[in-house]
Amino acid sequence: MKPVRPNRAAAADRTPPAARPQGAVQSKSRLGDRFDAWMAHHSTTAIDSLLRLLRTPLQSLMTWLVVAIAVALPAVLYIALTNIQNIGYSWQDSSQISVFLNKQVSDSQAEELRRRWANRADIAQVTYVSPATALEEFKTASGLGDVVDSLDENPLPGVLLVQPGLAGSTPAGLAALEQVLRQEPLVTDVRIDMQWVQRLHQFMAVAQRVVMALAGLLALGVILVIGNTIRLAIENRRDEILVVKLVGGTNAYVRRPFLYTGLWYGLGGGLLALVLLAIGLGWLGGPVAHLADLYQSSFRLQGLGFIHSLQLVLLAGITGLLGAWIAVGRHLSHIEPH
Amino acid sequence: MIRFDNVSKRYASGHEALTRVDFEVERGEMVFLTGHSGAGKSTLMKLIMLMERPTQGQVFVDGRNLNRLSSGQIPYYRRNVGVVFQNHQLLFDRSVFDNVALPLQIAGNTPAETGRRVRAALDKVGLLDKEQQNPIVLSGGEQQRVGIARAVVNKPSVLLADEPTGNLDPELSAEIMNLFRQFNEVGVTIMIASHDLELLKRMNKRVLGLSHGQVAHDGVLW
Repeated sequence: MKPVRPNRAAAADRTPPAARPQGAVQSKSRLGDRFDAWMAHHSTTAIDSLLRLLRTPLQSLMTWLVVAIAVALPAVLYIALTNIQNIGYSWQDSSQISVFLNKQVSDSQAEELRRRWANRADIAQVTYVSPATALEEFKTASGLGDVVDSLDENPLPGVLLVQPGLAGSTPAGLAALEQVLRQEPLVTDVRIDMQWVQRLHQFMAVAQRVVMALAGLLALGVILVIGNTIRLAIENRRDEILVVKLVGGTNAYVRRPFLYTGLWYGLGGGLLALVLLAIGLGWLGGPVAHLADLYQSSFRLQGLGFIHSLQLVLLAGITGLLGAWIAVGRHLSHIEPH
Repeated sequence: MIRFDNVSKRYASGHEALTRVDFEVERGEMVFLTGHSGAGKSTLMKLIMLMERPTQGQVFVDGRNLNRLSSGQIPYYRRNVGVVFQNHQLLFDRSVFDNVALPLQIAGNTPAETGRRVRAALDKVGLLDKEQQNPIVLSGGEQQRVGIARAVVNKPSVLLADEPTGNLDPELSAEIMNLFRQFNEVGVTIMIASHDLELLKRMNKRVLGLSHGQVAHDGVLW
């Protein structure tokens, strides 16, 4: 059989090979073209898969909400922890020992004791709060002025506020100092606020691990949910995948739209989680500020901040991508033209 | 262009679809493949498309031994082989234009180049005015022509067609065959599976007759 020569007239759409420039320049520019086309396919696939999600808004919103809730839960706990930590730090700064004196101790006795203690190496500063001053403070702070006025005698003892020095700020030093202060006959009770703060820190260390474990579990949940959603999307587009494979689509080409879909589910869920958090913080912020004011604290609820918000959304996006990747790896290879 | 060298294909079920098949199709030739159903026509086409691998023997297309192609190379190989299916395999979620553009987009052509070549292909099959329609509203013959446009749009050197006129009346069949003949005239190697003997006689081309997985006839039908 003799090969038939190409008939140019009948092949108006077939560019003659000679029309193409030859040589290295050509291959370079064609490589550039290929790269451009590859980039173009990425952006069109990204946009297409997003539009595809928006075309079924209710269905997509459900997946986004599931992801958002799974992301928001550990984020809420994280925010709660950092806020509690902030309270802890502000108390730790003013870590001091409150030494309650015997009711019979006079102001001059207390003043003498204050001077003696102030000379100790392990004490930085001692402040004396007389029963009268304490009562005045209580009257203004509590707003119970009338009730206090009606009392026959001042129920409050004198207090020495001891600020430990450098030697007294270690747990062991603090315990030793506490023993010394307690042995003073004029003293009825010694309270160290530090203990409370230390316990809080221990509690926080445990809580932080719990939050991390919970976040890990919920991330696994997100991966499974998105993986399952992508599996359904792959089933729905089975015909298209077959045709694409038959006309020479590589696995990467077939994979791409599904990976973008997973990414959009993750990113959308992350953004929605931020919205949920903002609503929650707005809702709680007012009452918390009011509560803090009552306790004479300038404490305010702190949100995630810009960087952490960005990290949260990106992390959600990566989790979504991972879920899609696993689903695609498991299910796409089974769809081969037969 | 297409060479089968002692090719056998036995499926996992134990059914032997092809037994020691030898033939060669020259570059630019137009060949018909015929035989009763189950004679191995589809299997033979699937071997050329690399949808199946032979259990024995070798298949060469354009001088390349298909046994040596890794699964990663298959997509690039398929871009040089156009396929027309009996059931068209068109996608009804997009326009005629986008259906035909698919192979070009996959091969990484620029949108401008894609548009130009899709219109040229649609013009060739006479459907340029239908490019924005959904293929579901087209008639069977028109759908088949869209399938042909998609198969030839990236100028493959080999064109395979599996019962392309199976569902069409004789007049439309002749029209479709005429299209294939035109592509063959510009140098495309074409292999068409068909059991329509009247059509094969009219076309007056080389016919490979398969029977029970073996080549029983090779030559023009009278």
